[in-house]
Amino acid sequence: MAILEVEHVFKSFGRTAVLKDISFSMEKGQALSLIGSSGSGKTTLLRCLNFLERPDKGVIRVNGETLFDGMNGDTKRESEIRKKRLHFGLVFQSFNLFPQYTALKNVMLARELLEKEKEGYKARKKEIHQEIEGQAAELLKQMGLGEKMKRYPHELSGGQCQRVAIARALALHPDILCFDEPTSALDPELTGEVLRVMKELAERKMTMIIVTHEMDFARDVSDQVIFMDDGQIVEQGTPQQIFETPEAERTRQFLARYTEE
Amino acid sequence: MELIMEQLPIVLHALNIGFLQTLKLFFVTLIGAAPLGLVIAFGSMSRFKPLSWLTKIIIWIIRGTPLMIQLLIVYYFPGLVFKNNIWGSGEAGRFLAASISFIINYACYFSEIYRGGIQNIPVGQEEAGLVLGMTKRQIFFKVKLLQMIKRVVPPMSNEIITLVKDTSLARIIALQEIIWAGQAFMKGSQGISGAIWPLFCAAFYYLIWSGLVTVLLGKLEKKLNYFR
Repeated sequence: MAILEVEHVFKSFGRTAVLKDISFSMEKGQALSLIGSSGSGKTTLLRCLNFLERPDKGVIRVNGETLFDGMNGDTKRESEIRKKRLHFGLVFQSFNLFPQYTALKNVMLARELLEKEKEGYKARKKEIHQEIEGQAAELLKQMGLGEKMKRYPHELSGGQCQRVAIARALALHPDILCFDEPTSALDPELTGEVLRVMKELAERKMTMIIVTHEMDFARDVSDQVIFMDDGQIVEQGTPQQIFETPEAERTRQFLARYTEE
Repeated sequence: MELIMEQLPIVLHALNIGFLQTLKLFFVTLIGAAPLGLVIAFGSMSRFKPLSWLTKIIIWIIRGTPLMIQLLIVYYFPGLVFKNNIWGSGEAGRFLAASISFIINYACYFSEIYRGGIQNIPVGQEEAGLVLGMTKRQIFFKVKLLQMIKRVVPPMSNEIITLVKDTSLARIIALQEIIWAGQAFMKGSQGISGAIWPLFCAAFYYLIWSGLVTVLLGKLEKKLNYFR
């Protein structure tokens, strides 16, 4: 069964239609790359999945559960949405780490707040805290940041910040981890360390949706590639299909511009 | 000179009593206006338009008129218009009227500083909190509040130092603060009259106090420098 099904999603900002009838699905453990030029709607699609934007129409299902249905008002309620968001994680282009907390605390904060709401938290407070801290430290080590746990974001490089942000998203065990141009704000020499971490996640079969301009990465790491243009999905397929034998003229034009560079 | 040395203890004693009242007004205003300012800030940022307009009009009126007029109106209005002097005739009533005027006035100034502080926080902070499953409340208290405090400390320092000196306006409703105490020796009090030097002493009290406040707020600013 598909882990994610998106059906006929529409989204406009004022009169500008940004997403026009988007439908796709993906399997658990896949890495899906969303490519396309700026303004094609990739980021908006990602933000709709994370409920930072509400689609005007359409259905979003995870593991068969309907998270959003434009026809059903109940699925739009804020209290409902909060829980549903947790199916997804999101890594932002600009990291958006919390500057007043150390790397470790950035990773721990959301988990701690969620645990606090559960019953029996007070009795096991210390135990839970240690468990969360242990897991957060483990995640940071996986990101190669074992030495930087006590550092504040402004003491870290962009690449290190982004890896903290990835750990922070992973700490909540999302079903699907989304990346919104995770390396676009980084100096070229720092993109490698972030892409490496993402590649490792793909190898460990983390389900991922990646909005990216890194074509080599999309080709080498993802299982599926979607090319978007003007708010529509033009073409979807394996990296081989999209990069070697693209069917649509628009895909060919887009890729030509990239290979020229 | 000898005379001044003789009169000094009398004057200082009077000034001390006055300064105590000044300090009381200072702290009451600060403790009242700091949280009220936050409430007003949220009011002016509310998405419920009538509330945000109403709040903005109130802020406009309070910031657009002299605090001295506000003091006079708050203190005399009930007595003159409704023939009911709710403040009574004693110092306690004057202090209460002054406190209320100062708290409302300063809360409006603070609210604009807070609003700037909150709106300057990048929207990405809220979005990061949301996708991590935090409630708006948790995002405010755990993510935004400290960043806001860091941003508002420098402009707040200015306001607070102004407040040190503004307390003297309460003199207009005869609150017995330090200027009132110093001025008494011009007119004549406890055998001293026509003396201007007690007011110089009073100025010195303000200098020391505003210096102390500056140093303390500077320390706070430095303390919050651990993040950016």
